[in-house]
Amino acid sequence: MDSAHALASGSSSLLVWLIALPALGSAILLLGGRRTDKWGHLLATALSGGSFIIGIVELIKMLGRSGENRGVSQSLFTWISVGNFNVEAGLLLDQLSISFVLLITGVGTLIHVYSITYMSHDLDRRRFFAYLNLFIAAMLLLVLGNSYLNLYVGWEGVGLASYLLIGFWNQNPVYATAAKKAFVANRVGDFGLSIAMMIAFATFGSVSFDGVAAGAGKANSGALTAMGAMLLLAAAGKSAQFPLQSWLGDAMAGPTPVSALIHAATMVTAGVYLITRSNFVFDRAPTAQLLVVIVGVITLLFGAIIGTAKDDIKKALAASTMSQIGYMILAAGLGPAGYAFAIMHLLTHGFFKAGMFLGAGSVMHGMNDEVDMRKYGALRKFMPVTFVTFGFGYLAIIGVPPFAGFFSKDKIIEAAFNAGGARGIIIGSAALLGAAITAFYMTRVMIMTFFGKARWSADAHPHESGKLMVVPMVILAIGSLGAGALLSLGSSFKNWLEPVVGHGFIEPPARMTPLVVSALALGAVVLGVGMAYLRYVRQPIPELAPTNVSVLTRAARRDLYQDAFNEAIFMRPGQYLTRALVFLDRVFVDGAVNGIGALFGGASVRLRRVQTGYVRTYALFILGGAAIVVAAMLAARL
Amino acid sequence: MNPSNYLFVSALLFTIGSLGVLTRRNSIVIFMCIELMLNAANLAFVTFARIQGNLDGQVIAFFTMVVAACEVVVGLAIIVSIYRSRRSASVDDVNLLKF
Amino acid sequence: MNTLALNAGVTGIPEAVLFWILAPLAVLAAAGMVIVKKAVHSALLLAYVMISLAIFYIAQDAPFLGIVQIVVYTGAVMMLFLFILMLVGVDSSDSLIETIRGQRLAALLAGLSVGVLLVAGLGHAFLSGGAVGLDQANSGGNVQGLASLLFSRYVWAFEVVSALLVTAALGAMVLGHRERTVPRRTQRQLSQDRFREGSELPGAPLPNPGVFSRHNAVDIPALLPDGTPAPTSVSRVIKARGGVLPTAPFELKQEHEEDEA
Repeated sequence: MDSAHALASGSSSLLVWLIALPALGSAILLLGGRRTDKWGHLLATALSGGSFIIGIVELIKMLGRSGENRGVSQSLFTWISVGNFNVEAGLLLDQLSISFVLLITGVGTLIHVYSITYMSHDLDRRRFFAYLNLFIAAMLLLVLGNSYLNLYVGWEGVGLASYLLIGFWNQNPVYATAAKKAFVANRVGDFGLSIAMMIAFATFGSVSFDGVAAGAGKANSGALTAMGAMLLLAAAGKSAQFPLQSWLGDAMAGPTPVSALIHAATMVTAGVYLITRSNFVFDRAPTAQLLVVIVGVITLLFGAIIGTAKDDIKKALAASTMSQIGYMILAAGLGPAGYAFAIMHLLTHGFFKAGMFLGAGSVMHGMNDEVDMRKYGALRKFMPVTFVTFGFGYLAIIGVPPFAGFFSKDKIIEAAFNAGGARGIIIGSAALLGAAITAFYMTRVMIMTFFGKARWSADAHPHESGKLMVVPMVILAIGSLGAGALLSLGSSFKNWLEPVVGHGFIEPPARMTPLVVSALALGAVVLGVGMAYLRYVRQPIPELAPTNVSVLTRAARRDLYQDAFNEAIFMRPGQYLTRALVFLDRVFVDGAVNGIGALFGGASVRLRRVQTGYVRTYALFILGGAAIVVAAMLAARL
Repeated sequence: MNPSNYLFVSALLFTIGSLGVLTRRNSIVIFMCIELMLNAANLAFVTFARIQGNLDGQVIAFFTMVVAACEVVVGLAIIVSIYRSRRSASVDDVNLLKF
Repeated sequence: MNTLALNAGVTGIPEAVLFWILAPLAVLAAAGMVIVKKAVHSALLLAYVMISLAIFYIAQDAPFLGIVQIVVYTGAVMMLFLFILMLVGVDSSDSLIETIRGQRLAALLAGLSVGVLLVAGLGHAFLSGGAVGLDQANSGGNVQGLASLLFSRYVWAFEVVSALLVTAALGAMVLGHRERTVPRRTQRQLSQDRFREGSELPGAPLPNPGVFSRHNAVDIPALLPDGTPAPTSVSRVIKARGGVLPTAPFELKQEHEEDEA
């Protein structure tokens, strides 16, 4: 699709304030220190809200412009100018980025409000809000950057913020290790992004989106495929896709608002943004697109299977995030036919997943921070508002109409089936299977938490949470209800994005009509819900996790052995290599260096015995020397 | 007799003197052996003067004697001052500058 | 001998006789000087070597140098040596056991190698024509010849050497100087010390040895008024040596008649 990429036709000087406000907030709170403890959280929330307002303003302005001219840009300064490599620090706001901007700032501000109460007992609340603002600023930079390098700055920034926030309670070494694990896994992906930028520069001579888009039509497919593969690696790292998904479960060590914001709604969706933004590369590299689709399919099933065996409510939600993003990646890999649906699912997922995480946080708050669902049960009587908001999110995620997930997920399944050939059938079937398993484990979560008999200990006093926690959950629940319908009305969102991602053709005849797909999807949902009902409502739920379970359950409990695999293939050899190098260094290098020193030391110890202190030995040496000199003189003259 | 026999005597005396320096421990005896070496050199100079037929050798021998006298003066003064502080005239006792 | 030496002609017979008698003796004396135990014996042997060297100088037409050798070297320098020997200890003798391992052997090797090298060097020298002799150089007299050389060609060296002499004398004074750490006790103070309580020195001069006894030899103590020997009247050296003789045979006999009368 030529010129599908919307070049910015106008400019706006407000764009930099989108990023500057939260960045300022973060700086003030971090540099101000304890002095800002009293009002820091309020300032941070206000600044985040300010960015949201600027986003709304820009949206209104954008709606007033025509489709092709909706992009605006703002160039800040020339960042790098070395030889042929020129990078401008500039911002680009088009239909794709505005969607993200509103999601980030909107959900972000709601979570700021939520955190005021959730973290009210924590002494380091100010630092938490500073990091949240830092995250918002970095994520905005990520989606607003007008070149891969600018995006990379934001990319790294969100990685940093994620690390800081996962390990927020870093007194606990388990949490600190989880933060490190997340950072390292992200780093592997960042490596891919760097290589992709290098390929871009080598092939197109530029790393800006405009430059790459302009040159993509003429580049050879090998370079494009390589670049696409590297971008996929980057996306897999940031979005916790196979094979770099092992960090997401451990990342739940962070406070729940962090899990809601970063690991559900925004940061983990950055990979989807990257692939969508690079549509001009992927559309011309079918092999790379196939790889994307494969990764998406594997991950959506992977996450779903893991989710069925998790007893920790947050880890179950994390597995479901992994799976849902697999759907988005799958859709993004389908080319122009799927980009819009990927982003739509991303937006709706932001609502319902964040809402469910906040609900989980509310449940934990009321149950003394207990996360094991086996210790919940029958909470709907004690936390009615939480039950309702969480329930809305649950209905959205499993795809019950008219909730948001029904529209977005079904569209993805439809696009998958229509991708053509045997491939389409396989992908579509996998997506359907994933939908069934999703329904199963999400129902499991609902039943174990809110229904059934109360399984908690005597000292738990479940109660509803405070207003500042409840209001964001309610807003997000409303979004879970209505957002999908809103975006789908008359294919409005698809048309909205079209100038950016290109027009998606579905080759006639469409194999599956939307009705058939919806019917199949609903059937899968009913199947999943039914199985969960049989399993968890008809039979009592044990308080301790049962030990004689099937092989699959055992594997799912251990994250399908991903950690074991990583450790065996990457970590252990790395450790052995390090140990070997240390040994070499100590024995050979240090040995050589110390050996030279010891050599000289030993030699000098022996040589200094020449200084006997006796005059007569010195006289002996003098005479000996004189004899040698005379001999030499005589020998010269002979 | 060949006048150069004196030179052999000189070499012999020089050798004996050097052996004495290396072997004896009494500092004054060592000094005396050094004097012997100087005298052997003087003999050689005088013999060369006779062989060459000019008096330069004798003048040099004369200077050697003067210098030897000065050296004896200062050297013995040093030996005496060492003896006063250490109560020993053996050169093996002044061996502190060692490893 | 002729094949080893540089051929310098032939000397007269008297000189040959002189040489062949004195030279071996001198070498023996030098060897003895190195070998004998007592330092005084070494000094005497060295003096002998120097005198024979002086005779050699005179035999080789260097009379001035020969006399100077006897006057300066044997006279002044050897006397200086003997004085210092007296100061340091006449009895000081080395044990002949070598304390440094391998020193004797190495010394022998080094010394012999020097000697061999010197002889070899001498053997390889050659001369066209024989020894010239000093008849012509000494034509105006040996002293005059030396003086003309000394004050013309070697005058600079001469001046420097005289400065050296002065410096050596100063150096000897500085090195031999003993710094007083306490002020010198005046005669008055010495006298006061003598009469102080507890002083071991007698207030009056000690009696000479032998006083009030029949002998006044050095090794017989004097008698105190009560007839006992005075221990301070004999040199402590003799006392240490155990050479003090008893006074009993030499005491004055008591007059027994006083009791009878």
